[in-house]
Amino acid sequence: MKTEALIAMLANGPVQVAPGAVARRVLAAVAVGGAVALGVVLAALRLRPDLAAAVHAPMFWLKLAVPVVVAALAIVAVRRLARPGGRAGPVVAIGAVLAVVLAAFAVADVALAPAGERAAIVLGRTALPCVVLVTALSLPGLAALFVALRSLAPTRLRAAGAAAGALAAGVGAAIYALHCNEMTLPFVAVWYALGMAVPAALGALLGPRWLRWS
Amino acid sequence: MEDVEEALRSALLLALSGDNEAYVAFLTRTGAHLRSYFRRRLASSPNDVEDLVQETLLAIHNRRHTFEPTARLMPWLYAIARYKLIDLLRAQSPRRAIEVALDDDEGIAELVHADASPAETRRDLARLLDALPDRYRLPIVLVKLEGRSVAEAAQATGISQAAIKVGIHRGLKKLAAIVAKRR
Repeated sequence: MKTEALIAMLANGPVQVAPGAVARRVLAAVAVGGAVALGVVLAALRLRPDLAAAVHAPMFWLKLAVPVVVAALAIVAVRRLARPGGRAGPVVAIGAVLAVVLAAFAVADVALAPAGERAAIVLGRTALPCVVLVTALSLPGLAALFVALRSLAPTRLRAAGAAAGALAAGVGAAIYALHCNEMTLPFVAVWYALGMAVPAALGALLGPRWLRWS
Repeated sequence: MEDVEEALRSALLLALSGDNEAYVAFLTRTGAHLRSYFRRRLASSPNDVEDLVQETLLAIHNRRHTFEPTARLMPWLYAIARYKLIDLLRAQSPRRAIEVALDDDEGIAELVHADASPAETRRDLARLLDALPDRYRLPIVLVKLEGRSVAEAAQATGISQAAIKVGIHRGLKKLAAIVAKRR
């Protein structure tokens, strides 16, 4: 086909598009992933039984805040990386600084605790389920975000995959926090972080292959 | 360079709000830019150029919802062109794809300057060359543009052959710096 013919054909159909497609599709994917994860927590895992009392503890909100901040930073990165030529931008540096701050508080928490309690406040009682379930609750969101990204046009596929993984992980971990009854900062800094790192790494691993569009 | 960005961008914005005639103009002009951009990158396989132009135009069309109206257009176009180019090269030879991938953002200025008509390119080049002092400009014009030998250029200008060579070398460096700054 001649190029002019192609151009005429492309311009022959409707060309108009509504602005804001990137934001809409990313948010829809987050909503789908979050809804599925919330459904699993409500139906299978159950909310923590003392939820009504826990909401008065600052630690409950801090535990929720960590993944929410991860998700907030990651959604900025995903929206930028979803466009041709887009880069993650300054959110990576901001995230790194916040991670260092969180780690510092966690280390201080451990250092200030009586020697006999140190292991307990780091390990908690649910370390392994935490990592596994945070990862599992992130997977629906990761899948939905990959579908959304494939309809957009990322050109840095590994970064886009990692950002999608981090976003899904932030949402998944925030919802898991409604079920989890661990109440120490070092636990969050180690096991939540690990649980969120797995989907991010998975996204980075799968991005170059699965986010390819043509 | 700003005019290309502005002209193409306003044409695309008109098109995205429903003006199909502006869309034809946008695609035609973009296609011309892509053609000379790919031609330079695919010197060894000129037959692929038009296919790649068409594929890229199609990708621009199918992904037009990812253009942010407040963003610059050229980086967006260039990223799609480069993505398509790497796709093609990867299918042919992984090594060349890596080379192109490595030279990251080099090419935006090149795409902007990869103008459709030779006349326009010549005008751009003339404007660029005007910024150079004679001792750089003359050697480049005589040897690189008019295709004379170094000896002929030396004779025509009364400059030594060594000075002609140095003039070309430094002049091209300066041009590259000017282009890079404009970007």
